[in-house]
Amino acid sequence: MKNFLGIFTLTALLLGFQLNSYAAEKVEYLKTDWSFKGLFGKFDRAALQRGYQVYTEVCSSCHSMKYLSYRNLAEKGGPEFSEAQAKAIAASFEVKDGPNADGDMFTRPGKLSDKFVMPYENVKAAQAANGGAYPPDMSVLVKARGGGVDYIYSLLQGYEDPPAGVKLDEGVYYNKYMYGNKIKMSNQLSDGLVEYGDGTNATVEQMSKDVTTFLMWAAEPHLESRHRMGFKAIVYLIILTILVYFSMKRIWSRIETKV
Amino acid sequence: MSDHQYTPKSKFGKWFNDRLPLLTLANHLTDYPTPKNLNYWWTFGGILTFCLITQIVTGLVLAMHYIAHADMAFDSVEHIMRDVNYGWLIRYIHANGASMFFLAVYIHIFRSLFYGSYKAPREIIWIIGIIIYLLMMAAAFMGYVLPWGQMSFWGATVITNLFSAIPLVGEGIVTWLWGGYSVDNPTLTRFFTLHYLIPFLILGLVVLHIWALHVPGNNNPVGIDIQKPSKDTVPFHPYIVIKDGFALLMFIIVFAFFVFYTPNILGHADNYIEANPLVTPAHIVPEWYLLPFYAILRSVPDKLLGVIAMLSAIFILAALPWLDTSKIRSAVFRPLYRQFYWILVADVLILGYVGAMPAEGLYLLIARVATAYYFLHFLVVLPILGFKEKTLPIPLSITEPILGGSPNLAAAKNKESLDIK
Repeated sequence: MKNFLGIFTLTALLLGFQLNSYAAEKVEYLKTDWSFKGLFGKFDRAALQRGYQVYTEVCSSCHSMKYLSYRNLAEKGGPEFSEAQAKAIAASFEVKDGPNADGDMFTRPGKLSDKFVMPYENVKAAQAANGGAYPPDMSVLVKARGGGVDYIYSLLQGYEDPPAGVKLDEGVYYNKYMYGNKIKMSNQLSDGLVEYGDGTNATVEQMSKDVTTFLMWAAEPHLESRHRMGFKAIVYLIILTILVYFSMKRIWSRIETKV
Repeated sequence: MSDHQYTPKSKFGKWFNDRLPLLTLANHLTDYPTPKNLNYWWTFGGILTFCLITQIVTGLVLAMHYIAHADMAFDSVEHIMRDVNYGWLIRYIHANGASMFFLAVYIHIFRSLFYGSYKAPREIIWIIGIIIYLLMMAAAFMGYVLPWGQMSFWGATVITNLFSAIPLVGEGIVTWLWGGYSVDNPTLTRFFTLHYLIPFLILGLVVLHIWALHVPGNNNPVGIDIQKPSKDTVPFHPYIVIKDGFALLMFIIVFAFFVFYTPNILGHADNYIEANPLVTPAHIVPEWYLLPFYAILRSVPDKLLGVIAMLSAIFILAALPWLDTSKIRSAVFRPLYRQFYWILVADVLILGYVGAMPAEGLYLLIARVATAYYFLHFLVVLPILGFKEKTLPIPLSITEPILGGSPNLAAAKNKESLDIK
């Protein structure tokens, strides 16, 4: 048994080592304390609401979020705006609908059931407006980047002047955390860019953290219930395992062989 | 099958059993005599059965919500993650379940290698096992394509392109596999169909695998045949059932940890980017469980030879019962083989590691050496070892190695010093 556990742990460690080595690029990302990490990790409600504000006022002019609906903003485990607030947010957007009985398309105020309105008609339009680069959809962006939240958080604060010898084309910017260091998005955040309703000081660092938290929720809207259920499931399994262990000992005690 | 005759107690049971002996089968399965000295490495058979059933059940539910279409597959997976009740849970169990399945199957295979479970009279069990393993790889590969992310698309492109290495007909075969001139919607729909089919083929082969096992019975850590069933074995139920159950629960705890706390760590981030035929990812890497074979493939400079090497690495396992010439099954009594065994384990782990790295410079060199050693182990070391190795004396039976004054006393002492549990 001991022998078995030893070898099993060793294999698991080796496997872990192998997985770690997946990340070919070794860049030290900026670190911050994320409230949603760990066994009981939960989103910081206020940060999610502020993050949504940064998204709408800054990011959403180029980046879509096609898998999110306005109703999500009022759902449990998210920013938890009140239903009235979420309705008001939805209504502030013009949504294209139709065709109506006459066969015409029309615009109307958004409803809770509508998806987030896209900044561009299609990918081509988005590319045309951004010097050929497509601003990626942000719905699962955090999960689609190797460094996850730390990467996005760092990238937003990673703009600096290019080192001597690095030539940048028109519309290309230097970012020390970007893969290859060249990015087509210019630095978007500056201190005091948005005015937070709750009086929080809108520093670049604060906005980066808030909007990254928001993006994490957007990518994993069920993270809180996953953590809650996970803890219950694992506690239950451990108790059951202990009970089964003693049952096993008892059953095997009928014969002299050790188990 | 067990020797004793079973007759159901009830009248109806008897009537039914005379027509379809299901009760006899159930009785055989519960009473099945199992060596009492099996250690925890033997619990992975049961664990694998659990993995297969988990994959089939979660897969069925996912298939109810998934849409196999190049324009909608990625969206439908996000729909499952967001709007289907507990869809995230089912998908994360299925995705991590594949990794857990392979973790368990590798332990199961290496257990066989250590204790010589593939040797006579168990060659057929072993070969069926290799076929199951091949089908698992096919199912896992096609399953990874279904979310239609970047790694799905480009992984499918790389792997299907391997067939183009076949002389003359290669290109034609690739077009036929794709159902077009590139990986596209027809490829996705056929992969979905096959991904749905293969698990049931595996299920059928698992039945044969267990059937073939129940003819000679289990091998055991000492690797000798059962002498006296009454002394050396325990009935499968309750002894093995409870022990397998305990091990399974420990396995599920690890499984649950992945599902609930790090559900995406075993996948590649690029697969959360929708497939784009115009953008190639920087590094195309398969899932971790295919990496050793990927390393072998890339270590050969010629494409066709690389494919042959990769396939040989798997098929060579099927010839193992005849390549290993030693009459002694368990590595416990084979001091030299034991060392080569651990070198092989290290070799495969190294192959896995370099498989994840870019195929250049030192990594490529290591991959080549490790590939060469892999084949050397099976083709040279094992056949020679069977003739040259001085094995330790084996005990007389599983339970009674110590017989006063027997010529096997030394063996018995030896066994104790090796601390077999």
